[in-house]
Amino acid sequence: MIELDHMVAGYDRQAITPTLCGTIETGSLTAIVGVNGCGKSTLLKTLAGFIPPVSGQLRWHGPRPVIGWLAQRHALESQFPLSVFDVVSQGAWPRVSLFRGFNAEMRRRIASALERVGLSSLGSSPIETLSGGQFQRMLFARVLVQQAPLVMLDEPFTGIDEATCQVLMDLILEMHREGQTVLAVLHDNLRVARHFPETLLLESPHARWGDTSTILAAFDHARRA
Amino acid sequence: MIWHTFFQPFIEFGFMRRALVVCLALSVSTTMLGVFLLLRRMSLMGDALSHAILPGVAVGYLLSGMSLLAMTIGGFIAGIAVALVAGWVSRRTPLKEDASFAGFYLGSLALGVTLVSLRGSSVDLLHLLFGSILAVDNDAALFVSGVASLTLVVMALLYRGLVSEAFDSAWLEVNTRRLPSLLHGLFLALLVINLVAGFQVLGTLMAVGVMMLPAIAACCWAQTLPGILLFAAVSGALCAWLGLSLSWSANLPAGPSIVLTASGLFFISIFFGTRSRLAFSLRALF
Repeated sequence: MIELDHMVAGYDRQAITPTLCGTIETGSLTAIVGVNGCGKSTLLKTLAGFIPPVSGQLRWHGPRPVIGWLAQRHALESQFPLSVFDVVSQGAWPRVSLFRGFNAEMRRRIASALERVGLSSLGSSPIETLSGGQFQRMLFARVLVQQAPLVMLDEPFTGIDEATCQVLMDLILEMHREGQTVLAVLHDNLRVARHFPETLLLESPHARWGDTSTILAAFDHARRA
Repeated sequence: MIWHTFFQPFIEFGFMRRALVVCLALSVSTTMLGVFLLLRRMSLMGDALSHAILPGVAVGYLLSGMSLLAMTIGGFIAGIAVALVAGWVSRRTPLKEDASFAGFYLGSLALGVTLVSLRGSSVDLLHLLFGSILAVDNDAALFVSGVASLTLVVMALLYRGLVSEAFDSAWLEVNTRRLPSLLHGLFLALLVINLVAGFQVLGTLMAVGVMMLPAIAACCWAQTLPGILLFAAVSGALCAWLGLSLSWSANLPAGPSIVLTASGLFFISIFFGTRSRLAFSLRALF
């Protein structure tokens, strides 16, 4: 789906990540890991197109698909006068333009997404009453409604209770089974080892990319040494 | 007494009636923009932009005197230019948007005042800064109500986009690169055109009060966005009516007395608003 050709991500022409070569295959489930400050989020933002690559190229196989984007949780204002349904229904975009109403099918899809994240009873609650975990479930429901071919999650489990993490991890696996390509920046190597088939480890001077078990073994080894 | 204060002046005098109509139109459209400014944490942006339109207005005034059209066009151009340049500067320098806006509007205000005093008298300057609501003629009334109608239509069309953009612009930006900037630009254009309309009536300094105060007060009462918008519009209209009546009966300048009424509403709201905890904290204190 995305081919990285000697691509380096960073800000203001300042390289942060090592040089990356490789392909993110359609339908893959990839974890992006590495120590703090190694450029995981910067890489994700570059892949999503928020910032241009510092050098090298980023090539899309075919037209660029719709991207489901889950930002880090503190990027959003929790004191905003919207209901949970209002936020989740934003997932209808871009399939439903900003000017059109929702048809019955879209309403069903929104209701089912709320149910899958376990927020059915909170649809009309104001978002400022949600706990941190519930807020993240709501953002996941929005991604579910969108059904984007490519989903990018920036630290989806940071600061979230364990019960919510498990629900959300199951949903990620479900998206993967349904054929959506998923890229996630993660901290928890145990979870990566258990669930993610592929891992991109950002390390200087070279990144490692491939099968999770081999990559993580090398990472743990390097940390212990 | 009530009749004499709150109804009779509007029935008896055409200029009071026009002033009321213009204020009602303004309070419906500008408070709505004020609510969105609050949601974007840009409450002070309205203030900055209202100062930024002044040099354009002054140039219009220098070229053709107290002509509505010239001052409007000048103000609109100056406001949009400052908004665009300040936004551009904040993207290209380490300055945040509020800092670059501050940098531009302070100079704009000084430039505007200087330009007016090049030719005009201090009466003209006062007129530009504080408006002359009681001298609103039919053209100005039509212009203001046209701007208000246009604002309502555009806001209704862009409502979902504006709400999405204010809550989470990255969600839109990731799939349509230019969409958030486009929505933001349209919103700023609406803001400038409303400030230009407001300045005809209330002056550049007072127009922002009508825009922000009812919006801020509404956030202390209503919880949902439609509720906040409705509360802001209705309370803005009420403040305009009360303020005009008071200015008539107590012989006060109209613009400031409207804004003072709105500021009274603001104080009531922060103390007694259903969503304000200020009263509880104060009671606990004493």
